[in-house]
This record gives sequence, structure tokens and C-alpha cells, in this order.
Amino acid sequence: MNRGIAYYILGRFLQSVMVLWIIVTLLFLLFRLAPSNPLASYIDTTFTKEQEAALLARFGLDKPLGEQYIIYLFNLARFELGDTFSYSGKSVLDILSADLPNTIYLTLSSLLVAYAVGVLGGIAMAALRGSLFERVGTTFTLMTRAAPTFWVGMLLLSFFAFQWKLLPSAGIGPAVVRYRWETEWDKLMSPVFWRHMILPTFTLALYLHGLPLLLMRSNMLEVLDQDYVTMSRLAGYSEWRVMIHTAARNAMLPVLTALTLGIGYSIGGNVVIENVFSWPGLGRTLVRAVQQADYPLAQGAFFLIALIIVFMNFIADILYSLLDPRVGASAQAQVS
Amino acid sequence: MQQEAMVRDDPPGKTTAQFRQGSALRQLWETNLEVFQRDKMALFGLCIFAVFALVALLAPILAPNDPLTPLKNANGDWIKDALPYWLAEPGEDEAEGYTNEFLLGTTNIGRDIFSQLIHGSRSALLVGFSAAAAVAVIGTVVGLLAGYYGGWVDTVLMRAADVAFGIPFIPFIIVIAAFFDPSIWNVVLAMAVLLWRDTGRVIRSQVLVIKEQAFVSAARVSGASNLRIIFVYIAPSILPLSFLYGSFAIAWAILTEASVSFLGFSDPNTISWGFMLQDAFLSLALTRGAFYWIIPPGLCIMLTVMAGFFIGRGYEEVLFPRLRRM
Repeated sequence: MNRGIAYYILGRFLQSVMVLWIIVTLLFLLFRLAPSNPLASYIDTTFTKEQEAALLARFGLDKPLGEQYIIYLFNLARFELGDTFSYSGKSVLDILSADLPNTIYLTLSSLLVAYAVGVLGGIAMAALRGSLFERVGTTFTLMTRAAPTFWVGMLLLSFFAFQWKLLPSAGIGPAVVRYRWETEWDKLMSPVFWRHMILPTFTLALYLHGLPLLLMRSNMLEVLDQDYVTMSRLAGYSEWRVMIHTAARNAMLPVLTALTLGIGYSIGGNVVIENVFSWPGLGRTLVRAVQQADYPLAQGAFFLIALIIVFMNFIADILYSLLDPRVGASAQAQVS
Repeated sequence: MQQEAMVRDDPPGKTTAQFRQGSALRQLWETNLEVFQRDKMALFGLCIFAVFALVALLAPILAPNDPLTPLKNANGDWIKDALPYWLAEPGEDEAEGYTNEFLLGTTNIGRDIFSQLIHGSRSALLVGFSAAAAVAVIGTVVGLLAGYYGGWVDTVLMRAADVAFGIPFIPFIIVIAAFFDPSIWNVVLAMAVLLWRDTGRVIRSQVLVIKEQAFVSAARVSGASNLRIIFVYIAPSILPLSFLYGSFAIAWAILTEASVSFLGFSDPNTISWGFMLQDAFLSLALTRGAFYWIIPPGLCIMLTVMAGFFIGRGYEEVLFPRLRRM
């Protein structure tokens, strides 16, 4: 790795930190300047003025706004997210660190399925362009992208869980089983957990597979026009080898970048599906926190999701510049 | 949801859009005409919107009942969970004391599902079109200014776009909903604040190309002001791009509104398709297999969203012939 790329990565990193700082500042302003008192749901009407003041002091809300902001930034930097209102004194970090793995398992498994199907499907559609298979396939994919995911989830639930009773309808496992999971590893080794994951994963994958499929298909069509593909055809390689070895490998690059971005955005977009399947993840916690006016928890969940997105955007940028030398070159030109 | 648009700004970045010559308004008109003449699917999309717009306009006439009022039969009992007349066994519902005249049955508290479906088209189209207009206008203006002026204007606007890309979209709307009263306008606001980012970036990169062309220098030499050059000379050429992103934005807006309503952050006094599905979900229509309640709203969402996709793809194929289906 040469110095130009190192500078580029450093520059992108600093930029990501800046972006995160601005998002966090906006978040602070949104939560502090809101018309309702952030403690409104916490303060009982029977509280005396003194009790109220003590409470405000405990949460640091009696300090001037500027000082609150500085404290807030330092706390976020140390991942000190405060205490929840609604989970009887549990810290926000406790709740979120229990949720995060569940969200990640669901996101990664659905992306894995979606991208495997999408890439292979995209290759097949490019190879069979103009055929009936392609037209039916493209229409189907377009429909999966137009159908609201929560609705698809509801339909799958009513068939697989309620009509045919093949799969569980909600959560990650019955309490009796969950009780025995002492570590994340126990959870991952449990067939019950995976059975609960099937429906939400399938629902998400059905929606997510469209992007890699359409992207792969159009990249393939573009690559197949290139001279080196014609050359390898002329060189007498089999159609299979030309498709997979020569064309698909090159068409994959943008799909990989999309996957990196997809991880971040899916974690933000899972919110709806987590609520349909009562999946105990970040999204469901965010919705509950907002419904119960648990501001510290809502703020923490939002911060964590934004952090993941900004980080994955950064990784995608770096990946793109490393994989595609043209981007690297122009990026180096910008930096120097 | 954001992903498609995110990656979508990639191919247009590589291939320069095909621009037409001739007077600004005429070329715009011709592009629009070409989209709908060439692409039957785009025309089909336009028809879907036209039909739903008609339904939305005539909703009070078309809907047999008020969508929010629980209905009573002649005996004064609530008509709860009535089956659609074409599903009910003859005499089954009559036995319970009422004649069934409901095309899609009633909800668990006796609201007419078909009337809700008709009224739902109003919020879908209202949110879809106003959010799309906001996204297209903001994105276009940002792209024009950033691309034309360059320098610090460009830096500030594009860093703002970076920030917008870092904010999770659905969570953002949920947080907004926490502070404002539930309303379909929260979705429009959140989309206007965040989703101009894709449109802005793509239009900026097109403006960078256009501003080097001869007719722009000619205008500058003849003494046209910067604003005049931007809005009279450059803007008409990139407007088809704004329509492209606007059409996709209609689709995203309808999907997003449905999701947000489904999560329960919409105004309970405004019927929308997402609200209907939430209602069905919470009153356990799934366990009862009440498909007459679950399927229609989802199909309507899907149809309107696909209409937006079709029109967007129509523009894409005219503007970026290299991406054209082969």
C-alpha cells in the first residue's frame, strides 16, 4: 500500500469522524430543544418542586446547554450512554449490547442469502438475456422490491406460522430455552434460535436480493461488451468459463461495495421487520423506546445505528478505492 | 431502501446522460414524451397513478361507508369481523342478524375495509407526490448550485450530503415522530431533509459536465448572470434527471409512509394502507387467516410503488441508453 492510499484512508477517516460529530450534534439539538421536557414521562405529577429539581440535577439537565453538550460528547466518546427510563434502572448500554448481536445475526444471514441468490441470479439473467426466464425473473424481482417488507412478512407468517404451523411466529425462542443460553455461543449453537430466524431472514432476503441481482445483471451486460471478454471468447474458452471466470469476477466489484453499504443500511432498515417478528434487536428497542418516551434509550439506539452506518460507509469507500485502481488514482490526486 | 438509490448514482456517474439540443422547454417536453412513447411500462405506471388519483379524488363518492365509523346493523349490534359477501356461506351472516353487503368485510371493531382501502389512496398519493416533489426540488437546487459554483459552496453542500448519508432513514423518522404530533407530514419532512442526497450528487456531476459546454460559455460572454445561467440555461437539461429521481422518490415515499404507519407512528384519524395493515396485525387477523383484510392494502401499496419504479425506469432508459435492457 503506497502513501497516497494511506493519506486517502486517513482523510476519509477524519471525514467520517466529522460526519459522526455533526450527526451527534443534530441528535443533541433534536432531543434537547424538543418542546416536551425530556423527563416528562419520568416526572410524576405528585413530585414536589425539590424532587423535580433533584431529578433534573441527577441527569445533569440543570446545567447550561453548552455544558450539557460538552458532557454529552465526552460521554458518547466513552460509550457512556446513561440509564434507561423504562427498564427499571438498567443502563442503555446493557439493553443495546443485548440487542446488537440479534440485529447483526439477522442482518448478516439475510444479506448472505440475498447476495448469494442475487449474484447467481444476476449472472443467469445476463447469460439468458432476452429469454422468458429473464423477463419473468426481472418482473418477480421488481415485485419483491415494490412489496412492503412488513406485508410480505405478515403473509409468510400467516401461512408458515399460523395456517401450516411449520415455523415459530415471534421472538428468538421460548423463555425456557432462552434461560439456558448463557453466552452468545450457546445461542448460536441452538437449533431453536435458527428455527426462529428462518422466517425473518427469508422475508428480508426476499427484499434485499433485488439490488445485487439487478446490479450484477447490468454489470455483467456491461462487462460482456468489453474487448477482453470478446478476446477470451475468441481464444476458445468455453462459454461457462467466459461467464464465470472472466466476466463475473469483474462484475462483482460494485456488488461487493453494495454489500458493505448494505450491512449498514440494513441494520437501520431492519426496524420494521424486527417489529413484525418481535425480534429483540436494535430496531424493536428503538420503536419501543420512542413509544414509551424513553429518551436516553432512543438516543442511544439511534446513535449506535448511525455509528454503524457511518463506519460501513467508510469501509465501503476504502474497499472501493483498493479494489478499483481508477478511484485510488483520482483519490490520490485529490489528496496530494 | 436507501441502497438502491445509493448504488444507482454510480452508473449515471460513469455514463453521461444524453442531452438534447434545441430550446429548453421543447427539449424537456420531447424527453418526457419520448419516455412514455418508447416505454410501455412507464405509460402503464402513469395509468396506475391516474386511476388511483381518480379514486382518491372521488373517495367520498366511491366509498360506501365512512372508513372510521364502526357500523351497526338494524338491531343496533356492531358488525364485527363480517366476511366479504363472496366468502360468506349463504345465510351464514344473515343468521347473525344482518345482511352482508361488504365487498371486503369489516374489521374487528366493525369498520368497512373496502371504504378504508379507497380512502387509503389519499394519504398514499399525498405523501408520495409531495415528498417526491420536495426531494426533487431540493436535490436539483443543491446539485445545480454545488456543480455550478464549485469551491466552498460545493464543499459545504457535498459534506451536508455525506451527513445525510450517515443518518439512518427509518430510525430518523421514528425519532422525528417522537417529538411532533403523529401526522403523515412527518414522513414528507424526513424525506425532504434526508433523501435529496442522491439526487443532489447525481445532478451535481451532470452540471459539472454541462457547464463546460459551449452554450454556457456563450451565455456567460453575452452577459447573463450566474443565476440566469443556472436556472435558464443549465436547469432545463438536467430536469429529466430530476424527474427520474422524483419518480423513484414517489415509490420510496409510499413505501416509507406505509412502514411508518405500520409501526404505529401515523395519525390514527387518517386512514392509510399502512395503518390498515397495522390494525389487522394488532387485531390478530393473521392468526384468523383474514386474507380479505391483509392482502388488498398490500397489493395497493405494491401497485403504486411499482408505478413509480416503472416511470423511473422509463426515464433511465431514455437518459442512459447504455443501461437499456438488451
